[in-house]
Amino acid sequence: MRVVIAEDSVLLREGLSAMLARFQVEVIAAVGDASALMSAVSEHRPDLVITDVRMPPGFTDEGLRAAVALRVVQPELPVVALSQYVQHSYAGELLASGSGRSIGYLLKDRVGDVAEFADQLRRVAGGGTVVDPEVVRQLMQRRRDPLGKLSPREREVLSLMAQGHSNAAAARILSLTEAGVAKHIGNVLTKLDLPISDDTNRRVLAVLAYLRSQSD
Amino acid sequence: MTDTALRATNRRGFLPPARPWRGLAYSATTGVASGVLWLMLSVPLTPVFSAAVVLSTRPTGAYLILAAVLGLVGIGLLSLLGPRIALSVARAERWRLRLLGRAVRPLGHGGHEPHDLTDAALWRAVAYLVLLGIIAPIWLGALAAIGLIVVSTPVSLEHWLSDADPLPGVIGRAVGGLSLIPVLLYLTAWFGAVHGELTRMLLEPEPSADLVEVARSRARLAHAFDAERVRIERDLHDIAQQRLVALTVQIGLARLDLPESSASAAAMSVAHDQARTLMTELRDLIRGISPRTLRELGLLAAVEELAAASSLNVRVDVTDGRFLPEVETIAYAAISEAVANTTKHACTTEVWITTQREGDRLLVEVRDGGNGGADPAHGSGLTGLADRAAAGGGRLLLSSPVGGPTVLRVELPCAS
Repeated sequence: MRVVIAEDSVLLREGLSAMLARFQVEVIAAVGDASALMSAVSEHRPDLVITDVRMPPGFTDEGLRAAVALRVVQPELPVVALSQYVQHSYAGELLASGSGRSIGYLLKDRVGDVAEFADQLRRVAGGGTVVDPEVVRQLMQRRRDPLGKLSPREREVLSLMAQGHSNAAAARILSLTEAGVAKHIGNVLTKLDLPISDDTNRRVLAVLAYLRSQSD
Repeated sequence: MTDTALRATNRRGFLPPARPWRGLAYSATTGVASGVLWLMLSVPLTPVFSAAVVLSTRPTGAYLILAAVLGLVGIGLLSLLGPRIALSVARAERWRLRLLGRAVRPLGHGGHEPHDLTDAALWRAVAYLVLLGIIAPIWLGALAAIGLIVVSTPVSLEHWLSDADPLPGVIGRAVGGLSLIPVLLYLTAWFGAVHGELTRMLLEPEPSADLVEVARSRARLAHAFDAERVRIERDLHDIAQQRLVALTVQIGLARLDLPESSASAAAMSVAHDQARTLMTELRDLIRGISPRTLRELGLLAAVEELAAASSLNVRVDVTDGRFLPEVETIAYAAISEAVANTTKHACTTEVWITTQREGDRLLVEVRDGGNGGADPAHGSGLTGLADRAAAGGGRLLLSSPVGGPTVLRVELPCAS
């Protein structure tokens, strides 16, 4: 897997590069700002982009803007955005960009769990979508929405789905059978008025579309 | 406490404040104030009136001298007591303006006590005596006359019934009388409001140039503090947080190579956890110093984020749109403080956050479903906020009767 990293902190940029090397991920370019990211992507055609949300010159959301712009040109380009804090509208905007697949929105806290982080990168590069558990938790906490209709178990399942876990993985984490997970998912989709489909991606997309609507 | 003081309001409804009721209360007390004024004026006026009576009945000889003496005594008393009465009345009336929910700068802070006849403030206070002593009673009299019509309607109804008058006429009178009630209430409230406005114009002390400068300097100081907080936040974020993330990456990498059962693996695991906890705490700390979301996306986004992160059931009805940074900062700080207080002290999980723009003011209200009894004197959070609101030309009000609910309200000028 070939990745481009955009991160303005040199220390963190080096740390990330060193870490990814350990997991057989090839860092083809590591840059420090959004415009360098744009040119690096067009030059190297990476399999995955990892970008900090906040970068020079304005230190607001330059990385996010760049990611959204890149996905206008390349709707399938896998992007993982790293954020220092949870911002729903950023997550929503990213999820709405391009094809709506191959998106990761993670707190920087997750980077330290190196093996898990590498796994999340692979999931995004493989077309999956990974939303930080903290974002999911906060969205789940909003009681005014139809999520309130879900049972605690169904919430857990939905939360795992939103984090990009497969049925098998969810079953393992929750100590359930796969059939049990599938049943819960069916309930979730029914309760949320989402179309039932066998296609995993469409299902995850539907859930994310729902989460997206919550974060707007 | 000064004008920054926390004042209790006991409103049941939501914004805007119950102006009509305030107007009614103000009008009702105007009658009393006017009566007291005439009682005080009766001391110097009695000799003057006596002189007039003597002159008109027996304008001859010794009576002329008596009238002259009485007149001189009266005028002397009037010139001696008049200014004092005017100033006392002015003080009392400034205080009474609070009924209308208006904070008037106390003299000691916003102006000076007029001391000689060349002072315009004194003459405005005297002019106010005319308003309170003559114009207000005329108005109140007119209102009383309408009141009398309302009250007399049922009487006349009985009268007409006994006279076996045609029914439509009786009903017409009754309906007419009843429909005057809202008119009366409206006029009374309106009179109160207009009177209050005139009082404010005549009696509110003009800030001297020095005080304007002090107020500006206070605002500048608050602004400088805000700027400093932003700088600290930026430093913490760009330096401390990034280094911490890099540190957790290194620890994570080191752990990969350690045999799981080894003692150093256990120690590394603890170090990893501590670094992670520090990261969370640092993030919360930074958010407390200067919330980035507020600066970048505005009040609505920041409050929604606050609500999402809170363990309480927070309902948000916040005006979208941007305000000046200092206005947003104070509003957010107040909301955040109120939510934190509710979390800590009130036995409730329900919080309502509402903001609304009213003219050139931003009104912020945080109401909880708790048992009230909050005391702003304990803890400096609210008093500090009240000071900041005052520095920005606004004010902070707290109502927390025993039994609840606790309502925190902040009013900030937001002309933009």
